[in-house]
Amino acid sequence: MRFALSEDQVLLQDSLAKALAELAPLERVRRFADDNEPCAGDIWAGLAELGLPGLLIDEAHGGLGLGLIEAALAAEALGRTVAPTPFLGSAVLAPLALKLAGSAEQQARWLPRLAAGEITAGVAIAEPIAGARDGAGVDAVAGRLTGRALFAVGAEGADLLVVADRTGGLHLAESAEATAPMRTIDATRRLTEISFKATPAEPLASNGALERLRDAAWVMLAADTVGAAGAMLGKAVGYAQERRQFGRVIGSFQAVKHLCAEMAAEIEPARALVWYAAYAFDHAPDEAPLMAAHAKAHTSEIGRFVARTATEVHGGIGITDLLGLHYWFKRIGLNRQLFGGPERVRETAARLQGLAA
Amino acid sequence: MDLTLTPELSAFREEVRAFLAAHRGEYEAGQPKDPLAWQRLLIEHGYAARTIPKAYGGFGAQPDILKARIIAEAFIAAGAPRGLANQGISMLVPTLLEVGSEDQKTRWIGPTLRGEVVWCQGYSEPGAGSDLASLQTRAVEDGEDFVISGSKIWTSTAHLADMMFCLVRTEPDKPKHEGISYVLIPMDTPGIEVRPLKTMTGYAEFNEVFFTDVRVPQANVVGGRGRGWQVANTTLKHERGMLGDPNATEARLAALIELMKTETVDGERIIDNPVFRDRLMQLQARVFAMKFNGLRILTDETAGLARLIVKLQGCELNHQVAALAIDALGELGVLYHEGPHLRAKGSWQRNYMFDLGLIIGGGTAQIQKNIIAERGLGLPREPKTVGA
Repeated sequence: MRFALSEDQVLLQDSLAKALAELAPLERVRRFADDNEPCAGDIWAGLAELGLPGLLIDEAHGGLGLGLIEAALAAEALGRTVAPTPFLGSAVLAPLALKLAGSAEQQARWLPRLAAGEITAGVAIAEPIAGARDGAGVDAVAGRLTGRALFAVGAEGADLLVVADRTGGLHLAESAEATAPMRTIDATRRLTEISFKATPAEPLASNGALERLRDAAWVMLAADTVGAAGAMLGKAVGYAQERRQFGRVIGSFQAVKHLCAEMAAEIEPARALVWYAAYAFDHAPDEAPLMAAHAKAHTSEIGRFVARTATEVHGGIGITDLLGLHYWFKRIGLNRQLFGGPERVRETAARLQGLAA
Repeated sequence: MDLTLTPELSAFREEVRAFLAAHRGEYEAGQPKDPLAWQRLLIEHGYAARTIPKAYGGFGAQPDILKARIIAEAFIAAGAPRGLANQGISMLVPTLLEVGSEDQKTRWIGPTLRGEVVWCQGYSEPGAGSDLASLQTRAVEDGEDFVISGSKIWTSTAHLADMMFCLVRTEPDKPKHEGISYVLIPMDTPGIEVRPLKTMTGYAEFNEVFFTDVRVPQANVVGGRGRGWQVANTTLKHERGMLGDPNATEARLAALIELMKTETVDGERIIDNPVFRDRLMQLQARVFAMKFNGLRILTDETAGLARLIVKLQGCELNHQVAALAIDALGELGVLYHEGPHLRAKGSWQRNYMFDLGLIIGGGTAQIQKNIIAERGLGLPREPKTVGA
């Protein structure tokens, strides 16, 4: 038994960190955010060289055949650098949907191209997971989809859409009636509203795959938050070691250094929880839904604490666009709300243990 | 990440379970019928004093954190009492092993492990809490002996103890960290007075100890005269690990869930109240996070920061679990001591108050934050004021 990363996992972490430092420095993220690019193709292409799009896709279909723990490490790295990528939809949720509920033919058609990064996939599953807002929801009748899906991830410019209908059934669609970008607080990722009007779609198997997608999505958002929170703590500590007031660096004042200690004390256990939730997804399926729920809800809470506290440690400069710390702040904010806020997710956690109706 | 057990470890787990099944008659409600006999039996099988060399009365196994964990889990699952875990065993024995003389090791370790000698810790003083190194209890050389005068506070088992391991000032003219010695004091020495220290719980969980011209041989110094500060620091880290133990928190959370499932208000179970349910789930996530943080510390050598936060977070979490239990009890939460409506013999109320003491003791939360910030994050160290 070993609750630690393997050599290969550490290697993956290192190579992702190196690649992202080059591919997605803050200036690049800023350009993506300001110019409203639909997708940062250069960043995704660079990550494709490391095999990121095919991380979860089995080797027979051209992927790396790794597990959710590796995907969580990738999400942590992406959160750490607030990198704009279609990772969540295209490399995690769509491949998992195909793996869990796709026919051999559907897998053969889509997985190799997804693994190679030739195409990207968007995923519209928010309604059956987080509840429908503003009357959204998709109905599937005789191989055709009708309705609206909000908060689709990775759908901008995607070649394939994985769509959940109102009953939780999953479908593959290659087109939509219309897509409209949803402007959010977080300009480092794109969310989309998709309309369908008798749009042709292929059904995936109805075998409860949506719950697995939900668990995976929760773990990924949790890992993204741990990465972003870790980066914010690092920046706060760095600033506290440099910034001088009253003739001393501010990190020598307990008022400031205790804030940093409190952030570290929240992040470290949260990271262990996320790692375990990712591990359980592949190796302890009975525990996986509860651990995913707790990981999502808990990182939402500690993420909020770290985001505001790290900003506060920076003082006035912390809230400026010039510094750009707000990209991390907002990334953590979006991770908290997407696919269910913590109150809703905790209710699921209670239900999974028979503690709620 | 690989949380499966190797065949060797699986076999070891079976061995522990078989032992517990074979000796089921020797304990009741989590307590051994004969504590000292139980302790001897555990040592003999390697379920207590596992890594202490045989020559000093231990079992003599190589350190193996996974086996240690398997033993802990099997004992918890069987409801079997663990070996003794007093301050003598968890703090003095590791200290003697590291820096004790051969004579001190052979004389004290075995009887301590077997529970024949009970120890208390004489560190804190009324004027030396967080700033422990400013302690004032003096030991003045007189022939072969030291003559000790002063007082100690927060000595939890002083009224039961045979011996005290104690920090005293032997070199008053040296800088404060260099003038301290770590000395072993028999509690029946003339001049020692133990007074119970009653806390907010209503019980005397601690004592004060007063020394008036207490004569102790200089040979009772451990680790060299003037080296007491370094000697004490080798064991403080053991205490901090003990104070944040996630296994204990998990057991308390299970009791809290049970409480919320059984207690009712106007016929409605507490767990069916969404506000309480949400608070419970928030705490459960924290308990899991600390549990996995604990697992990670065991096997991940890169987890330095994760190790430093255990005392701070673990003690806080225990306190919060007790707080939620009291809130869930509502008006019943104010009952204490005795009475027909009192729940769990008042243990939630007592824990709530006692745990606040643990947040303060063993290095306050604020000292813990200094340690995390300085050693974990590399922020500037607190200025060390020179002085007596």
